[in-house]
Amino acid sequence: MTTQLAAGDVLGPSTFTVTRADLVAYAAASGDHNPIHQDEDVARSVGLPGVIAHGMYTLALVSRAVAEWTGGPEVVDLGAKFTSPVVVPAEGGAEVVVGGTVKSVADGLVTLALEVTCGGQKVLGMPRAVVREAVVRA
Amino acid sequence: MPVDPSLVGREFPAPAPLTVTSERVAAFAAAVGHPGDDVPPTFPIVLAFDAMQAFLDAEGIDLHRIVHGEQRFAYVRPLEVGDELSATLTVTGLRQIGGADIIATTSELTDASGAVVCTGKATLVHSSGAETVQ
Repeated sequence: MTTQLAAGDVLGPSTFTVTRADLVAYAAASGDHNPIHQDEDVARSVGLPGVIAHGMYTLALVSRAVAEWTGGPEVVDLGAKFTSPVVVPAEGGAEVVVGGTVKSVADGLVTLALEVTCGGQKVLGMPRAVVREAVVRA
Repeated sequence: MPVDPSLVGREFPAPAPLTVTSERVAAFAAAVGHPGDDVPPTFPIVLAFDAMQAFLDAEGIDLHRIVHGEQRFAYVRPLEVGDELSATLTVTGLRQIGGADIIATTSELTDASGAVVCTGKATLVHSSGAETVQ
């Protein structure tokens, strides 16, 4: 069954826990071995509050949430500003919450406005995804 | 040391093409929890990162002084297993804020036929000395 998305539809929220082990696995898979994502001392030496998640890991969680909500349509546009770091503690993890709203449906494209928070604080600025309407399923 | 302002307009190709193999895609999808069998939309960062690293190496910039400020991808078509992709990064802008260089870049990913598959726009925040970025 295919259900068309309409402007104003609310998607999610989805919650993801990010651990240091996730960052190690992401570094290996992506090739981004920047030590600010692994090493507390290096992160603090450049003024960060601690080890932070790769911005692209957080953006990948956004992409994952969108795929889970909409059945994995073709993505034509995806992006965000990394306005606030996702600080990942050595023990346990950081909880990233991704929520979405259908902003518009036009010309076969669905534009999603997103809100991405960690500890109640927005971590992404102007996160946005645009997917093709034709294969959107709910 | 601040970044050289004459960089704007310069191009830095990734050192080698990237073949999109099912193994690479599976490893990336597992690392980010991607639910589908398709290539995860953020996978192009693997090659865009190579181009960025080529830029950093050429300019003697330490990776650990770089924080990703913004990333946007526009896709012409989905990536597919078997694609052989090349990337070239162009520095499109440079400004300084509070001891940090804000470096704007565009990376164009092309397939073996030369067609553009995906364009990534990234902002890199470079903290150049003892100053902190936040």
